[in-house]
Amino acid sequence: MIVVKDVHFTYPNGIEALKGISLAVHNGEFVAIMGQNGAGKTTLVKQFNGLLKPTKGTVLVDDINTTKVSVATLARNVGFVFQNPDHQLFSESVEEEIAFALRNFGFKETVIKKRVTWALNLLGLTQYRKTSPFMLSGGERKRVALASVLAWNPRILILDEPTIGQDYQQKEKLRQFILQMRTQRKTVIIVTHDVEFVAECNPRVLLMRDGQIIADGEATKTLTDTDVVTKASIVPPQIAQIFLCLPNMELPKNVIDVYEAREILLKTLERKTK
Amino acid sequence: MSVFSGLKFRKVSSPIHNLDPRMKFVYVCAIFAAAILFSELLPLVILFLIQIPFVLLASVEREWLRSMRGAAFLATIIFLTNIGAAFFRDGYVFTAPSVEGAVAMTLRFMVLVESFSVFFLTTSPDHLGLALEQTRVPYEFVFAFTTAVRFVPVLAEEAQTIMDAQKARGLELERGNFLKRIRNYIPILIPLIIGAIRRSLELAEAMESRAWGATKKRTNLYVLKMHRGDVVLIAITFGILATAVYARLFVRIPPVNELLRNLP
Repeated sequence: MIVVKDVHFTYPNGIEALKGISLAVHNGEFVAIMGQNGAGKTTLVKQFNGLLKPTKGTVLVDDINTTKVSVATLARNVGFVFQNPDHQLFSESVEEEIAFALRNFGFKETVIKKRVTWALNLLGLTQYRKTSPFMLSGGERKRVALASVLAWNPRILILDEPTIGQDYQQKEKLRQFILQMRTQRKTVIIVTHDVEFVAECNPRVLLMRDGQIIADGEATKTLTDTDVVTKASIVPPQIAQIFLCLPNMELPKNVIDVYEAREILLKTLERKTK
Repeated sequence: MSVFSGLKFRKVSSPIHNLDPRMKFVYVCAIFAAAILFSELLPLVILFLIQIPFVLLASVEREWLRSMRGAAFLATIIFLTNIGAAFFRDGYVFTAPSVEGAVAMTLRFMVLVESFSVFFLTTSPDHLGLALEQTRVPYEFVFAFTTAVRFVPVLAEEAQTIMDAQKARGLELERGNFLKRIRNYIPILIPLIIGAIRRSLELAEAMESRAWGATKKRTNLYVLKMHRGDVVLIAITFGILATAVYARLFVRIPPVNELLRNLP
């Protein structure tokens, strides 16, 4: 569980990126953090694995104060996949890349072998086991980066912009994978601008603006509230936009799921034609 | 790293910033030569002090102090090496002249850092590129040089991100013995170098698609011209150099400890 109490954070150059953030993320929760560029999303999630320490306030991860322990200690439970895979890939083969973190955490070689095979399988990378990560396409590199973090099976997983550069099929796989993580009671936190992806997953949504949280709640509520959505510089999902554009049909305002929308539309049309 | 931040240019306007970079470079070379001429303390103190008005005029005191602090580590090593060598040479005693000699060597280093620091703090990379171009250096080289300078802060930022990414995968840079610590930097350096190469290729493509090098004869929007300030600087430069050479050849420079002893 992550507990954030009145956290402020100021970068050395004087920019105040977080201005009094308080929130709690429970085990097994799926949270999407959204908001304009420079709202402090990445700064906030970097507090969760201790890469940044609060200038004021406290961050507790499983009751451990992040200022008291090293990043490596926290990372054992908090996996963080960075936005750009090129910022971490360096090994000669995909296999070695995935084993890197496992070696840092002191796993035994036999365990490492099993975990690497498991992670390769999970993300469909088995055929690239011996390939250099630099020979792979952008999307594949992103999956290697994800596999290299999943390999040590962290209880909390943070994904920074996981859908960038991924085709629809890969996004769908990612969604399935996140759902699977939830069934294992793992916490998943994503930072994203991809409204449609969030609408399909229906997680808890945190909207940020200027270092503050301006909305916190279910995606059906937060993403369909036109006022807060505009403040956070995003647009409601397309389905919600259609429903908002049809005021005469008396449709509910908080629908973001395609299949649910289809049912409602069919029923409404049926009623109207009668 | 702080010694580098002392060399980083910040855009401000001052009489020193507006000087012709070519003249400033001649000035730096003159100070360099003068500092090499002397191994006595007194002239080096003077050379050190001469530059302070430039720092004040350019109002870069804070950055200048930072570069001085950054150089302090190397300066300490120079001082300790010199004083150590003198200690063994003089038969395990510290003598006044040997201490003075060590201080002088350290100060000589500080004078060099100081002059280069003032030059880089007050000269924009663009100005520097322009100066090179107008001294007939081929434009390709000038461009490569100014681009390299401009990408230093970008690379520094990227290095920080890479460090964060690897720390998040359990890398502890400070762990292990000396050799292990050096090896710890491999996961940082490889992505950094590959990123730099990739970026340079992308930059080349982007530039070619914007017709880089389409015309052989380039013209410049800004042309460097000598102003009154530059003439004054050149006069000062030659003044310093001439005085230094004269003092070296014809004047006996008294050691500072002797001067102190003769104080009333």
